Amino acid sequence: MGKTFKRPEALSENHTHYCPGCTHGVIHRLIAEVIDELGIRGRMVGIAPVGCAVLAYNYFTFDFQEAAHGRAPAMATGIKRVRPDLMVFTYQGDGDLASIGMGEIIHAANRGEKFTTIFVNNTVYGMTGGQMAPTTMPGQRTTTSPFGRNVEDCGMPIRMAELLSSLATPAYITRQTVIKPKYIVKTKKAIKQAFAYQMERKCFSFVEVVSTCPTNWGMTPVEAVKWTEETLLSYYKLGEYKKPE
Amino acid sequence: MGKKVLMKGNEAIGEAAIRAGCLNYFAYPITPQSEVAEYLSRRMPEVGGVFVQGESEVAVSYMLFGAAGCGERVFTTSSSPGISLMSEGISYVAGAQCPVVFVNIIRGGPGLGGILPSQGDYFQATKGGGHGDYRMLVMAPASVQEAVEMVMMAFPLAEKYRNPIMLLGDGLIGQMMEPVEFPDHLRTEPTNKDAWATNGMDTRKSSKPNIVKSLYLDPKQLNDHNLLLKSKYEQMKREEIRYEPYNTDSDYKVLIVSYGTMSRVCRTAIDNMKAEGFEVGMVRPQTLFPFPEKAVHDAAVKESCKVVISIEMSMGQMVEDVDRCVKGKRPVEWYGKCGGDVPTPEEVMGVVKALI
Ligand SMILES: Cc1ncc(C[n+]2csc(CCOP(=O)(O)OP(=O)(O)O)c2C)c(N)n1
Ligand code: SF4
Repeated sequence: MGKTFKRPEALSENHTHYCPGCTHGVIHRLIAEVIDELGIRGRMVGIAPVGCAVLAYNYFTFDFQEAAHGRAPAMATGIKRVRPDLMVFTYQGDGDLASIGMGEIIHAANRGEKFTTIFVNNTVYGMTGGQMAPTTMPGQRTTTSPFGRNVEDCGMPIRMAELLSSLATPAYITRQTVIKPKYIVKTKKAIKQAFAYQMERKCFSFVEVVSTCPTNWGMTPVEAVKWTEETLLSYYKLGEYKKPE
Repeated sequence: MGKKVLMKGNEAIGEAAIRAGCLNYFAYPITPQSEVAEYLSRRMPEVGGVFVQGESEVAVSYMLFGAAGCGERVFTTSSSPGISLMSEGISYVAGAQCPVVFVNIIRGGPGLGGILPSQGDYFQATKGGGHGDYRMLVMAPASVQEAVEMVMMAFPLAEKYRNPIMLLGDGLIGQMMEPVEFPDHLRTEPTNKDAWATNGMDTRKSSKPNIVKSLYLDPKQLNDHNLLLKSKYEQMKREEIRYEPYNTDSDYKVLIVSYGTMSRVCRTAIDNMKAEGFEVGMVRPQTLFPFPEKAVHDAAVKESCKVVISIEMSMGQMVEDVDRCVKGKRPVEWYGKCGGDVPTPEEVMGVVKALI
């Protein structure tokens, strides 16, 4: 069994700075495993967001660029257009992608750019101290919605997988989670599928991962998993939203 | 190649980039330079290049960042409001030390301003625009031919310094039809970027990842990083200053400092005044950063020279640099107009003569 826990080659030996119970680490590992399995580390370029994963390049062993807040899809577009042979993914939080970077992600998806986006939706701005995000649930308390998200003022949380699926351009769009092993297996499959579509230069691919931020939710890791399963997954429904065929 | 063709400034700028060996163009339309994008949307496919119309200038600046970060030659063209939006990206490009060529065909501002020629983005180009301590090498052409040559020179310079470069033109340069040639010797090969670009470890046969980034959380590291950037700007000051003196052999009483389209008008005015027996000299900065500090200073302190005037199509921007160079040794005046009416030679003559 020792083999199961071998560190993927695409993952560095550095210890991550993520909080206990945070799902960023699990998602990093899945990406690394997929890259190993596809044997594409030597032509990989990752794009780190502005958010808790801003230092993601410390945890992988391949080329990385670090974006400005929300702009990773534009950078990925630039790379793929001039070097279509490189494999590119953006790794973005929900503040990064669904708020400040909404324009960039929609247009990249709509142009059908041949890169992959891993969208880590933890319903808050983790890095800056848990402020409200466009994905924050109705009534959810955050540091900028101390009385709970008021949908009268803030509208309903944005469902990115559904929103991007509404575009007519072919794409692979899926929503998964990593809060329990049974979900992790599926998420890994989805990431692999997303990279596979990119390798075939077929379409834009997008894997939303419903994630936890126990620190800013004010919960223990166990409570965070329970709340995710009971509250988030009924609004952010898991599954495949769109396939290129 | 080598032979003269009649071209509009905007199209010549697009063609110059291709001739310089840059086959990647990302842009968003804006008057008065949309012809560059229109031209390249036809031309890039012919040469196997990349043309992308981005969704905004913000996005375009990051497309450039990504593409340059993986080691390819890239450029864009825009005009003032577009450059404001790109300024966020320019700061990141400078921080991450990527070579990108930006062309700003300035229009009047602030805000939407107008669509006619202006030089109102002098401060934005030479002093910042985006956040943080960065500088761009800024070149200002006074003719279509010079615009062509500066575009062609910009790519190897951007690579030499791993820094954004800006070509600052105005609407007249973009719209003017002039005979141009694309000098063969300015066609260059992109430099090898294996040492830093994210061009894929397989591409450079290395097992060491390259990281393109601008974040340095450690205060000492960030200070060191800024010192490194500063050393590049100091090197530019030593090696890249370009300017053209005009009628400075004469015993001029007035020294004009003027650049771009405005300097052409001043040149005519100087010729006219010479014919009348009134000598006026000019220093025309071709690089606005680095600014030709010594040339302006030395020309200003010539014994015959009584007064210096900065003539610009802006409300007194370059005059601050001129003043800095003259160090109080001569009075420094300013004349300018913006809005799109380029001052006429007669106007300039009136202003200059009134100084004495
Ligand atoms: C232009 C700009 N605005 C604001 C910020 C501050 N900022 C840094 S991270 C962040 C939010 C990140 O949240 P999210 O994308 O949800 O990622 P997480 O930290 O939760 O993983 C913000 C607002 C910034 N760096 N740049
Ligand atoms: S703040 Fe939240 S998202 Fe950031 S590392 Fe901690 S748990 Fe993860």
